[in-house]
Amino acid sequence: MAKYTISVNGQQHTVEADPDTPLLWVVRDYIGLTGTKYGCGMSQCGACTVHLNDQPIRSCVTPISSIRKTAKITTIEGLSANTDHAVQQAWISEQVPQCGYCQSGIVMSAAALLRQKPAPTDADIDLALSGHLCRCGTYPRIRKAVHKAAKMMNDK
Amino acid sequence: MSTYIATRREFLKIMSHAGAVLAIGIGPAGSLLAGPRKLSLADGDAAETELNTFILITPDNKITIFNPRPEMGQGTWQSMPALIAEELGVTFDQIDIRITSGDRRYGTQSVGGSGSVRFSWLPLRKVGAAAREMLIKAAAKRWNAAEADCYTEKAKVMHRPSGKSFSFGELVADAAALEVPKEPKLKDPKDFTIIGKAIPRPDVPSKVNGKAVFGLDVKVPGMLYATIQRCPVIHGKVVRFNEAEVAAMPGVKAVFKTERKMPHKAVDAVAVVATTYWAALKARQVLQIEWDNAGYENISTEQYFAECRAKAAQDGNSYPDVVGDVKSGFARAAKVLDAQYETPFTAHAPIEPMCATVAVSGNKAEVWAPVQGTTDTIHEVSEYLGIPRENVTMHNVFMGGSFGRKGYLDFVLEAAAVSKNVQAPVKLIWTREDDLGNGPYRPGMLNVVKGGLDAAGNLIAWEHKIIGASIKHQVFKEDTSKVADDWASETIDQATSPYVIPNRRQAFNLNDTPIPIVWWRSVYSSTNAFAQESFVDEMAHAAGKDPMDFRLEMLKNEPRWTTLLQFLAEKSDYRAQRRAGKAVGIAIAHSFGSTAAYAVTVSKKDMGVVIEKIVGVIDCGQYVNPDTVKAQTEGNAVMALSAALKPAITFAGGEAQESNFHQFNLLRLDETPPIEIHIIENRENPGGVGEPGFPPLTPALCNAIFLATGKRVRKLPFDLGNPG
Ligand code: FES
Ligand code: FES
Repeated sequence: MAKYTISVNGQQHTVEADPDTPLLWVVRDYIGLTGTKYGCGMSQCGACTVHLNDQPIRSCVTPISSIRKTAKITTIEGLSANTDHAVQQAWISEQVPQCGYCQSGIVMSAAALLRQKPAPTDADIDLALSGHLCRCGTYPRIRKAVHKAAKMMNDK
Repeated sequence: MSTYIATRREFLKIMSHAGAVLAIGIGPAGSLLAGPRKLSLADGDAAETELNTFILITPDNKITIFNPRPEMGQGTWQSMPALIAEELGVTFDQIDIRITSGDRRYGTQSVGGSGSVRFSWLPLRKVGAAAREMLIKAAAKRWNAAEADCYTEKAKVMHRPSGKSFSFGELVADAAALEVPKEPKLKDPKDFTIIGKAIPRPDVPSKVNGKAVFGLDVKVPGMLYATIQRCPVIHGKVVRFNEAEVAAMPGVKAVFKTERKMPHKAVDAVAVVATTYWAALKARQVLQIEWDNAGYENISTEQYFAECRAKAAQDGNSYPDVVGDVKSGFARAAKVLDAQYETPFTAHAPIEPMCATVAVSGNKAEVWAPVQGTTDTIHEVSEYLGIPRENVTMHNVFMGGSFGRKGYLDFVLEAAAVSKNVQAPVKLIWTREDDLGNGPYRPGMLNVVKGGLDAAGNLIAWEHKIIGASIKHQVFKEDTSKVADDWASETIDQATSPYVIPNRRQAFNLNDTPIPIVWWRSVYSSTNAFAQESFVDEMAHAAGKDPMDFRLEMLKNEPRWTTLLQFLAEKSDYRAQRRAGKAVGIAIAHSFGSTAAYAVTVSKKDMGVVIEKIVGVIDCGQYVNPDTVKAQTEGNAVMALSAALKPAITFAGGEAQESNFHQFNLLRLDETPPIEIHIIENRENPGGVGEPGFPPLTPALCNAIFLATGKRVRKLPFDLGNPG
């Protein structure tokens, strides 16, 4: 057990955990932010995706000990204050989620993609989001919603 | 608007302002019952009185609709309240939705078989209509006006001639004192403002901001975390394990032998309980169990299919709907074809794995779980723990997908056993490995089909034999070895497959298995349709006829089917595409009260094909939300592609060979072709939506592949790059 101080959604948290505890369980069970999900624990499904310094990472394979004190972690709860990030708005407008369980992770990856590529092509979307699994099969709507979010951001 | 579970405290909060409320429930045979007339905290047991009502209206016009049907992605969070709200006259932004907690007076509180809208269509509309009539009566009396001059809109009763209005809240005390009308008048569908409209689903915002509470997210005070090691060789017994070593691991509270109670069998397992889930998982890594696998180490899917094939020549048990005489039909045929179609065991693999939180204390239990059946869960937990039903409290939460899996309650009973042992609230979470390694699974099936054509190319004889495991037999212990399993014939029996063929027989031949099985999205229709619709295509080609025309000819007495096929032909540009030499495969299938068809266009690439486009059409009669119908059908198409093209579950040496998504890989975004879904508009009774879009997809794809490559796919899964 060791003490770790991490910054999540702009707030400092000090937790006492085993060095190999995945960030996923720290965020969920220690800090109480349950929007980030478990789906496989081995970097296969993307349900656990959060941002580390604005980059999408799989929190299920990221040990707490690897996170620097200065690092900035953003979870789905910290993506926007009022569910008004363009990706969230586009997701609502396209009615993407079915069960919704995989969507936190996909929304986080889509937000990171648009930060890097404000007008992504289908190939960009494939590359950025094919690491995610959605058993409900919302892929066609995800693709549409990413294009829509890009448009919303560029129209602003 | 809130999408949380209604806890007792929350309910009391709603009620704390309440004087009178209007509360209507459903009684036996769909009769309407008056709920409690007056509720207040002083009534003592307000939580008890909550349970008899679908609608609560408080004097300050707070409206709560209780939803009896759990949400797993299929849209009941919206569709059930929509049925009430439509008749009542409220909009979605004016209501709070709460899931019911299993009180028997709500009737069945479960989802499955694509039945929610079908079976709640009239009962829940009646609940809303009764409340509307009572509110109107109360308002008319105050205005001294005719009831016919009043109507409801946006939580108000309006007086048409004067333009005056009362909010529902202002009327609720008077309305609650009235008799509940027995046969309230339902709205004319042409006046619907909610049903049939693509209104955004109220649960969607909470599913893009992390606020929706799924089973995995439940947290209760004093909760411990559990993980369970089950035998890798399915059904093996625990001989001994290193209890002391595991118990000494950091955070571990308890390690003990427990069980996994399935409907047909209880099997040994070892539970590790710890203060955090990670501590429990780490301790489980140290756990060493000696298993006794005697009798189970030879279980294999290869052997299972060999047994199925060995039965291929047997007649099996006929379904009662035999037409003509197949033997003489085949004897008269100018051309006879036969084929075997094989579909594998596969896993539901909802992205939220099985998880449940249970607090057993003395002879009481409280359950928080993502399950398809609230009432079923209460029943099973009370039976399992041997405590009265009334002592089990249930909180249903959003399921992170299910597809049938979370209607099988082994994981809830496991959590109950563990909580009982430690006498503390316990959250049990299955790992993905636990999920894929333990099932239950969709049973692998062999379909044996035979068809005979006359000299003019008409199908005059048809036999379809299903060989494999029976869910009824294993899960419900009904002997299906001597009678055909009547759950297994959907999509191919006369009632659901109206092809006119003068000599026709369907049969079931049980091949039992110790591998746990259960319903999986569209159940046997998912495997039956692959065989039937592929083989109809084989027969069409053998007859030298266009597969669309071949079907239309045999369906000419079925206007809904021919309308659907013609609509599909139009939407997919079937005729023009085929004339241009494009490979377009089609298939049609009926299941769960609805009929769906696809046209799949593929192009040849090297040894195989790529899918260019999928066009689907569904006739589900009247529906609540057309966008949900489309979403469900898109999802079915994607899931069907996964089942056709991605790895199955195989067993060897008693163990599942696929452990996580690196082996049981699912279809991904970059592999998903464009999918376009259309709905047939009619005023027929509502059909199912959650499953009917699945069955016809795979045969349509395989029929296209045959056109493009000449290769006939008869075994799933297969490789698009090198099919057949
Ligand atoms: S849970 Fe992290 S990728 Fe699946
Ligand atoms: S919406 Fe259910 S898994 Fe993606």
